[in-house]
Amino acid sequence: METGSRRFKANAAAALANPVLQGNLRMAKGKFIDKRAIAIKEIDDFEATREAAKNLRNAVLENLDLWLEKFEEAATARGATVLWAKDGAEICRHVVEIGKKHGVKKAVKSKSMLSEEAGLNHALAAAGIQPVETDLGEYILQINDNERPSHIIAPAVHKCLDEVADLFHATHRTPRKTGIPALTREAREVLREHFLTAEMGISGGNFLIAETGSVALVTNEGNGRMVTTLPRVHVVITGIEKVIPTLEDLATLMRLLPRSATGQSISNYVSVLTGTKGPDDHDGPEHLYFILVDNGRADVIGSEFQDMLRCIRCGACMNHCPVYQTIGGHAYGWVYPGPMGAVLTPLYLGIENAIDLPHAATLCNQCGVVCPVNIPLPDLLRKLREKQVERKLRPWSERIGLKAWAWAASHPGLYAFGARLAARYLKWLAGGEASIPVLGAAPEWTAGRDFPAPEGRTFRELYAQRKKS
Amino acid sequence: MRVALFVTCLVDLMRPRIGFAAIELLEAAGCEVVVPPAQTCCGQPAWNSGDREAAAKLAKKVIAEFEGYEWVVAPSGSCADHIRTEYPVILADEPAWRERAVALASRVHELTDFLVNVAQLAEVPGNFAGSVTYHDSCTGLRSLGIKDQPRALLAKLPGVELREMAGAEECCGFGGTFAVKFGEISAAIAERKCANACATHAAAIVGGDLGCLLNIEGKLRRMGDAQTEVLHIAEVLTRKR
Repeated sequence: METGSRRFKANAAAALANPVLQGNLRMAKGKFIDKRAIAIKEIDDFEATREAAKNLRNAVLENLDLWLEKFEEAATARGATVLWAKDGAEICRHVVEIGKKHGVKKAVKSKSMLSEEAGLNHALAAAGIQPVETDLGEYILQINDNERPSHIIAPAVHKCLDEVADLFHATHRTPRKTGIPALTREAREVLREHFLTAEMGISGGNFLIAETGSVALVTNEGNGRMVTTLPRVHVVITGIEKVIPTLEDLATLMRLLPRSATGQSISNYVSVLTGTKGPDDHDGPEHLYFILVDNGRADVIGSEFQDMLRCIRCGACMNHCPVYQTIGGHAYGWVYPGPMGAVLTPLYLGIENAIDLPHAATLCNQCGVVCPVNIPLPDLLRKLREKQVERKLRPWSERIGLKAWAWAASHPGLYAFGARLAARYLKWLAGGEASIPVLGAAPEWTAGRDFPAPEGRTFRELYAQRKKS
Repeated sequence: MRVALFVTCLVDLMRPRIGFAAIELLEAAGCEVVVPPAQTCCGQPAWNSGDREAAAKLAKKVIAEFEGYEWVVAPSGSCADHIRTEYPVILADEPAWRERAVALASRVHELTDFLVNVAQLAEVPGNFAGSVTYHDSCTGLRSLGIKDQPRALLAKLPGVELREMAGAEECCGFGGTFAVKFGEISAAIAERKCANACATHAAAIVGGDLGCLLNIEGKLRRMGDAQTEVLHIAEVLTRKR
C-alpha cells in the first residue's frame, strides 16, 4: 500500500527543517495539555472512571460480533440500512453507490477519519460527486489542495492564522482578513450554501449504541448537526470497534472524551442520532446508512494488540507526546499520528509498511498516563518491535550489533574488558575536552549534540583497585 | 542492611564517580554495600529493541547474581524499574524464573527511593551549595513514583536552592536507543528541555538517570553553554566544598 509511513525519517527531517511548522507546533504545544489537566480534576475519581471506561470497552471487544449484530438489528428496526466494508475500497464503493442511487451531486462532510483511511474524497470526485468538508480544520485542508490532517481532532493544528488568512483570500477571492471571528464568519458564509444544496451528508461516528441503533457524534462547530439533518441522505462511516452497549455507557465515556480531547467538560454539541426522519419530525434524513468498517480491525481482535481497539480517538496521547510535539502529525505518514498512530498504522497497513513508527517513541509513557481508556501504548509499541525482530525486519547491522552486545553482556570478563577499552578510547577522542563533538560510532547522537567524555576508567576497575588497597 | 549495588552499564563506562557517590550515600545510611563483580547490564536495550531472547538471557543473569541479597539498589530509575517491573513480564513463560523475578522485584530500588523510604537516611554526607533544577526522568517518575524522594534529599542540604523548571516531568528526548536511531528528533526534544532548565538560571541541572543527563549535557554543550553543570543526584548529595 502506498503510504508515507515508510518515509518517517525523511518526513521528520523535513518537519524539523520547516521553521513555520516549528513555530506553529511551539504555539500549539501546551494548550491542550493545560486544559485537559484542569478538566480532569472536575471528575471526583478520574482513575475509577478511567477504569470503568476501560472495562466497558474491553467487555464490548470480547463479544464484538454480538454487539454489532444487536446494533444492526436495532438500527435496521429504526429505518437505517447497515452496510459492511472490508477495506477502504469497499467504503468508497458503498458511498458512491448510495450517491448514485439517490442522485447525489454534492456531499457535505463532517469529520471522519475513516473517510481518510479510504481516501473517500478522491473516489467521490472521480464519481462526479463533489465532496465538501465542513469541519473548519478539514475545510482549510481541503482548499489547500486536499492536504492531509495532522491531528485527529484538530486537523489543521499545524497551520497558523496567517496561513489560513492567505488561503481564504486566495480561494474565496475576498479581501484578506486577519481576525479569527472574521475568518470563521467567512467560512460559515461559504459553507452555508453547501449545507443547503447538498443531497448527502457524510459523518463519522464517535460511538454506535447497540441498544438503540444510534450513532453518537461529539462536535464543537455545529457543522455536524447541519450535515446529519439537512441533506436527504445521511451516511455514517465508522469502525466496527466503536460500538458500545448502552446509552449509560455513552455517559461514562462522555465524561472522559471531551475532557481528554479538548479539555472541555462537555463538547459544544453531543448528538445522538437514531433512525430516519419520522412523520412527526421536523428534520432529519429520509435515508440513513451505516457503513461499518473493518480495514484491519478484525485481525487485531484476539491478538496481543487488542487493547488498542479500546481507543476513543481523543488525541491526548499525541498532545502529550514529545515526538509528536517536535515533528507534528504529517511525519507519521498515514491517517493516525502520535503514539496511537504508531501502533495503529503498522497494525492496519502491515508491520513491514511502517517499520520506523514503533521505534519513533522514547517510551516515556506520558501517553499511557493520559490515555482515558488506559491503553498501555509503550507496551504495544515494544511488542511491535518484538514482532519486527521475530520477522527479521530490522536492518542487519542493528540485528548483529544487538546480538554481539547481548553476547558480550553475558560474558562479564569480556564485557569489562570492552568497557575499559571504550572508556579509554572515548577519553582519548575527547582529547582533554569535556565532550566529543563528532563520534563516528554514534553519528545520530552527535548530529545534534555533543557526546560527553567519560572519566576514562570504568567503575568496576576503580572499585577493584580500591578494594585491593 | 546489606545492599547489593547495581552500578548500571552507563555509570560503569561513563561516570564511575556516581557509583562511588552511591556507595558513600548507602554507607551513610548505615548499609553494608556489596558490588557483585560479574554484573554487566540489566538488558533493557535488548527488551526495548524487541529482542526478547537476549532480554531474557540477561534478566536471568541479573536475577542469579542479585537474588541472594537483602536489597538491590541502582542509581537509575530506568534500570531499577526494568528489573522490578519488566523481568516478571519478560520471563512470563518460564514459571520457575518468573517466580524468582517476582521474589527479587520488591527488593529492588532506585537510589533516592531507597535512601528515603527504606534506609531513611538522616543526614547527607556532602555540603553542596548553589542553585539547582531537577529533571524528573520518565521511567522513575511514571513507573516508580520517584518525585519527592530526590527533592527530600536535596532539602537536607541547606545551601541548595531548588528552582523548578517548566515541564520538569517532560521527557528529555533520550529514550535509550531512540537517541541513536532518531538523533535529530531526540536532540530537538533535548533542546526544549535545556531551554526550560536554563530559564531557571540554576547553576546545575540535576537528575537521577545518567542516560538523560548525558543527553542534556551533550545538548547544553552543543548549544554553547559550558557553565551549567549537569550532575547526578548522588554527586550533589556527596560533594564537599
